[in-house]
Amino acid sequence: MEQVFQQMINGISLGGIYALMALGYTMVYGIINLINFAHGDIYMVGAYVGFALTTFFNIGFLPALLISMAATSLLGIIIEKIAYKPLRKSPRITALITAISISLLLQYTMMYFVGPQTRTFPEVLESKSLKFLNGNVILDVKNIYIIAITLILMIALQFIVRKTKMGKAMRASSYDLEAAELMGVNVNKVISFTFAMGSALAGAAGVLVGIYYNTINPLMGSLPGLKAFVAAVLGGIGAIPGAVLGGFSLGIIETIVSANGGSVFKDAVAFLILILVLLVRPNGLLGKTAKEKV
Amino acid sequence: MNRFNKKNIFTIVGLVLFYITVQILFNIGILDSYMELNIILICINIILAVGLNLITGFTGQFSLGHAAFMSIGAYTSAVLTAKLGQPFFIGIILSGIVAALAGVLIGIPTLRLKGDYLAIATLGFGEIIKILALNTDYIGGAIGFNDIPQYTNWTWAFGMTVLSIVVIKNFINSYKGRACIAIREDEIAAEAMGVNATHYKVLAFAIGAFFAGIAGSLYANYFYFIKPDSFGFMKSIDILVIVVFGGLGSISGSIVGAIVLSVVSTLLQSVADLRMIIYALVLFGIMMFRPTGLMGKQEFKGFKLKTIKKEVKASESFKGYESI
Repeated sequence: MEQVFQQMINGISLGGIYALMALGYTMVYGIINLINFAHGDIYMVGAYVGFALTTFFNIGFLPALLISMAATSLLGIIIEKIAYKPLRKSPRITALITAISISLLLQYTMMYFVGPQTRTFPEVLESKSLKFLNGNVILDVKNIYIIAITLILMIALQFIVRKTKMGKAMRASSYDLEAAELMGVNVNKVISFTFAMGSALAGAAGVLVGIYYNTINPLMGSLPGLKAFVAAVLGGIGAIPGAVLGGFSLGIIETIVSANGGSVFKDAVAFLILILVLLVRPNGLLGKTAKEKV
Repeated sequence: MNRFNKKNIFTIVGLVLFYITVQILFNIGILDSYMELNIILICINIILAVGLNLITGFTGQFSLGHAAFMSIGAYTSAVLTAKLGQPFFIGIILSGIVAALAGVLIGIPTLRLKGDYLAIATLGFGEIIKILALNTDYIGGAIGFNDIPQYTNWTWAFGMTVLSIVVIKNFINSYKGRACIAIREDEIAAEAMGVNATHYKVLAFAIGAFFAGIAGSLYANYFYFIKPDSFGFMKSIDILVIVVFGGLGSISGSIVGAIVLSVVSTLLQSVADLRMIIYALVLFGIMMFRPTGLMGKQEFKGFKLKTIKKEVKASESFKGYESI
């Protein structure tokens, strides 16, 4: 029983990080139908910005988190303007390979400047922990921070998407980009805004992963990036609640699998579940079934 | 149709002369062993790219797991030649067959998915194969598989490259190949015309996987040593990049793409630090300024597909329809 609680805590923390990244994938995909492979590397950049701020400038955790989010959202806008905007009308495979080239560019440029070695993230949070059930269940301060920040960001996102004018424009664009444009929505602005928000969430996830695992390296983004995408597809790509559901389920499943002695297979399990879910529900758990036009 | 027409005979004579010339250059030492390594790598890349082009370029099915089939072929051949002492001939044929079977097994369920979903499912399949290989002790696990006998030489590599190009070119020119192209252009319309889409998609997948298996076998028996990480996601991307760089739906494009990118990658080895940055920039530049790839859908003379004129017309009229 205690074990189950402990695993749920760890699983939800990990799942929150996946969910934050999956939201970025799903929003971008919902609007321009592009798998943004560079998303995982934006998360890596976020982690490095957070690392630099806390290590070299001795900035506290929360300001560092906010500055990282601002920096990554700027990076997201720049990438969108330079790389994806000219290709908006070209075939999908072209846009996909461009995204991969941007991903490689971010990874190896970062490696060129900071070196390939793994760095240790400073302890910016005091290491306190709450113990439950005779000390068998440990709720670390890190866990509380991760879960709380994830929830706050998700509620903020939900507010922006549901209640603001920009959110309405985003929903309209994801429903039908051309029709939205004809109705007077400034599509370029909407797409930039989507990239900015998605990248800010990825940046936050990067800083959170830095304080959670304490280590960062230039290639840290590729596998979590793929898995966050898996989470987005699992929940139904294009659906914001789907990304959250997919992220948390993936985090919990992964934690359970590694706790039961399958840690070497945990990545395989993520992909296996993805394939199985897609076979039963090709549009993901919460995805809409799109009708095919003849 | 007469198979022994003038054109075919010229092609065969040309290929034999090319083979003999390169072999002589090897024998008298003008091409050293470093050149041999690069030439064999180019051959392997051509086989992989032509196979993936059949799947992605001609049938329109987006696969991000091609390296997994290469991995299956490489490990099959390694086990057969190193552990069971079989001759290379058996190893190479069985690697192709095992990879093709894996292609059918993974293709039947996943090819019902479309577009990006298929891409992500094949990506997942590739990662699963890699992780299984990493955790199987019999084939060396994460340490890798050592002491594979070196059987691959210029003769095998060249022979298999020619075989793969001839088989896939003839496949595309057959009525089955036309069915595949019809699926790429419009799956629903093709099905309405009586094309069994699932059957042809799986068939294209199996043929592509077969040649990827052969390429893996050539790779394993050339480098003595294989490890699961060599056949990860990045390798699949490398192959896809060759295909898109050369031109989706162009066999000559895949050949040119494999040669150009292999040479570029070799030249960049002298600047190891900047290698991947330059590679990424080159990739980005190509997608930005020549998104259809080097050859587009064009072929060199002699590779021309009989259907190509009609097909271009069809896609043009389709585009016109869409823009309305």
